[in-house]
Amino acid sequence: MQLVRAHVLVCGGTSCTSSGSKQVQEVFQKELEKHKLEQEVKIVETGCHGFCEMGPLVIIYPEGTFYVRVTPEDVPELVEEHLLKGRIVNRLLYKAPVTEEQIPTYKEIAFYRKQLRVALRNCGSINPENIQEYIARGGYEGLEKVLFEMSPEDVIAEVKRSGLRGRGGGGFPTGLKWEFCRRSPGDLKYLICNADEGDPGAFMDRSVLEGDPHSVIEGMTIAAYGIGCREGYIYVRAEYPLAIKRLKIAIAQAEELGLLGENILGSGFSFDLHIKEGAGAFVCGEETALMASIEGRRGMPRVRPPFPAQRGLWDKPSNINNVETYANVSVIILRGADWFAGMGTEKSKGTKVFALTGKINNTGLVEVPMGITLREIIFEIGGGIVGDKQFKGVQIGGPSGGCIPVELIDTPIDYESLIAAGAMMGSGGLVVMDETTCMVDLARFFLNFTQSESCGKCTPCREGTKRMLEILTRICEGKGVPEDIDTLERLGRVIKGTALCGLGNTAPNPVLSTLRYFRHEYEAHIMDKRCPAHACSALLVFTIDEEKCIGCGRCLKACPVGAISGAKKEPHKIDPEKCIKCGTCFEKCRQNAILRL
Amino acid sequence: MCECGCTQPAEDVQKERELETLFESWRGVKGSLIPILQGAQAIYGYLPREVLLQIARETGIPPSRVFGVATFYAQFHLSPRGRNIVRVCLGTACHVRGGARIFERVQQELEIGNNETTPDLRFTLETVACLGCCGLSPVIMVNDDTHGRLAPDKLKDILVNYQ
Repeated sequence: MQLVRAHVLVCGGTSCTSSGSKQVQEVFQKELEKHKLEQEVKIVETGCHGFCEMGPLVIIYPEGTFYVRVTPEDVPELVEEHLLKGRIVNRLLYKAPVTEEQIPTYKEIAFYRKQLRVALRNCGSINPENIQEYIARGGYEGLEKVLFEMSPEDVIAEVKRSGLRGRGGGGFPTGLKWEFCRRSPGDLKYLICNADEGDPGAFMDRSVLEGDPHSVIEGMTIAAYGIGCREGYIYVRAEYPLAIKRLKIAIAQAEELGLLGENILGSGFSFDLHIKEGAGAFVCGEETALMASIEGRRGMPRVRPPFPAQRGLWDKPSNINNVETYANVSVIILRGADWFAGMGTEKSKGTKVFALTGKINNTGLVEVPMGITLREIIFEIGGGIVGDKQFKGVQIGGPSGGCIPVELIDTPIDYESLIAAGAMMGSGGLVVMDETTCMVDLARFFLNFTQSESCGKCTPCREGTKRMLEILTRICEGKGVPEDIDTLERLGRVIKGTALCGLGNTAPNPVLSTLRYFRHEYEAHIMDKRCPAHACSALLVFTIDEEKCIGCGRCLKACPVGAISGAKKEPHKIDPEKCIKCGTCFEKCRQNAILRL
Repeated sequence: MCECGCTQPAEDVQKERELETLFESWRGVKGSLIPILQGAQAIYGYLPREVLLQIARETGIPPSRVFGVATFYAQFHLSPRGRNIVRVCLGTACHVRGGARIFERVQQELEIGNNETTPDLRFTLETVACLGCCGLSPVIMVNDDTHGRLAPDKLKDILVNYQ
């Protein structure tokens, strides 16, 4: 192996790629060649580091210097200063949001300091397209241990003892699920990985698949050995082309080294893994719908029981887990159930990855021990709210989850506490909202999503979500009537209790939880025809503050319907009859003279 | 022109050959309908009616089921699409950072609505629930390029680059 004196890690995750990390990498290559450093310095394209807000990210080792928002133009300076002269380029370091202090290494940054990376252990540290780098970090040692030192029963017992629960949202104990499938009669059993990550605002599965695909493959192979499966499928969203590409590379590399396929490592155990690309249907994240889709049918769920462990793919016993769940397995085997169970709370062990988005300073992917409070995630890791706005609440678990208000910000994050608060872990999307987010509009947004993704098989979901959406739309347009709140609650309860699958059962959650904590906002829309967050455009009135207006004419020129009039350098006026409430004037005004009431 | 002397354009012949290769590679594989549809759409850009019927004949799956699957999944298109696909993200993170305003402005600029194509086949407009780069929100994707941290005013300058 060739030894080099420095490594340049360039993030090749989706977010950093869209902000130009590929070009950064190309310029690095050219600059290194120019300075004849290509033998001394190695460029590694890694998976996601999680700190997407600051991308493109570049980390230079051995020092571990963390450079943020690096542009191709910055690269010549980085090569000359850092790699040739050994001087840190201060202007590209991360600045702490409050103190403005520049922080050179990423371990010291608040965003990373509180994290505990288990499922994301290799993401951002290795080249995901090179199996040797995964092996160098202890990869496939768990598989070797399982094949030669443990019986299938031992594997299941170990996973059960670790307390690992499904990371896809439901939280069912993983070891128990495996045991059910193992005990089901039949020789032919299937193992499935659910990588149909469809929740808007969640991208942890994508990052694991893009940044560390072997951890999922190894976890699946261990599960297959424990349960007794010969064949497995990874069902990936078609919207994730990079994840699919990296998985294909990883599977081919593992097969070549005898870590997958026939007679793995000479143990006599065989396991074949296939990739199935989804075709764009949110409901396929539901396990029975996902299996229907693999079989080549419309992705519609069916009644359970029989559960997949009894009758799943092609009517054979099948085990299905989420990406993040499998990514935890090999570490549990290698470091032991006790180590894993030492993290987290009594009933929720280990760590969980969250996608932190919305009105928060540090957008990105974070992995934290279970039991940490929302306050720690939002204000310490997330760096607080953007601007000087007031924190209002956080939506957990995407369209299936609920809103947790500021009063409950000290709620510990575990499966049970979140359900008690009216939300759920879901896939782990955390969308932070400030005072300018309207909760009625947010509930409408989620319901619009679930309604359009409803497969239409069962009546409560097909008809019920449509009626709820109609009511919410009406309320946002200022046409709500007082009975609407009761109707929403009644419909919500009925759909929750009677829909066929998880999509329908959880679809009312965003409405019910906002009704529980933000009922006053619904009432303001219905009774006073007012949107407290100034977000619902139909309820807004735009006027111009004559004191502040300097008559610059920017709003007048920008107004698409000519509703603004006034002489130059005189205060302008908005004609409420003509105004379409598009908000363009509000954006254009530099004097803050446009008022939204 | 086709080699055999008929008036069929060479391009169509080429596509038919690709389709036959596709059928061959999936023959006898269970659960192959979706990958075949994906492959056919990659060849034709969309799924013409005749191709769907041909898939039904080749696989022995009833046409009703082939159409059923093709219309169930958002990925499949039964009518021709524009040269440039504009996807506006309406995911949660983009929503709270003004994604709806971006979507409105794109519709105004292109003078088409969701899932519509401009008459000159230059643009097709679609929405997506999440592109998974919430750090850049609000985001749109034109073909394979992601444009992030958008404001409605930036859209015109972006779209003009795509002919």
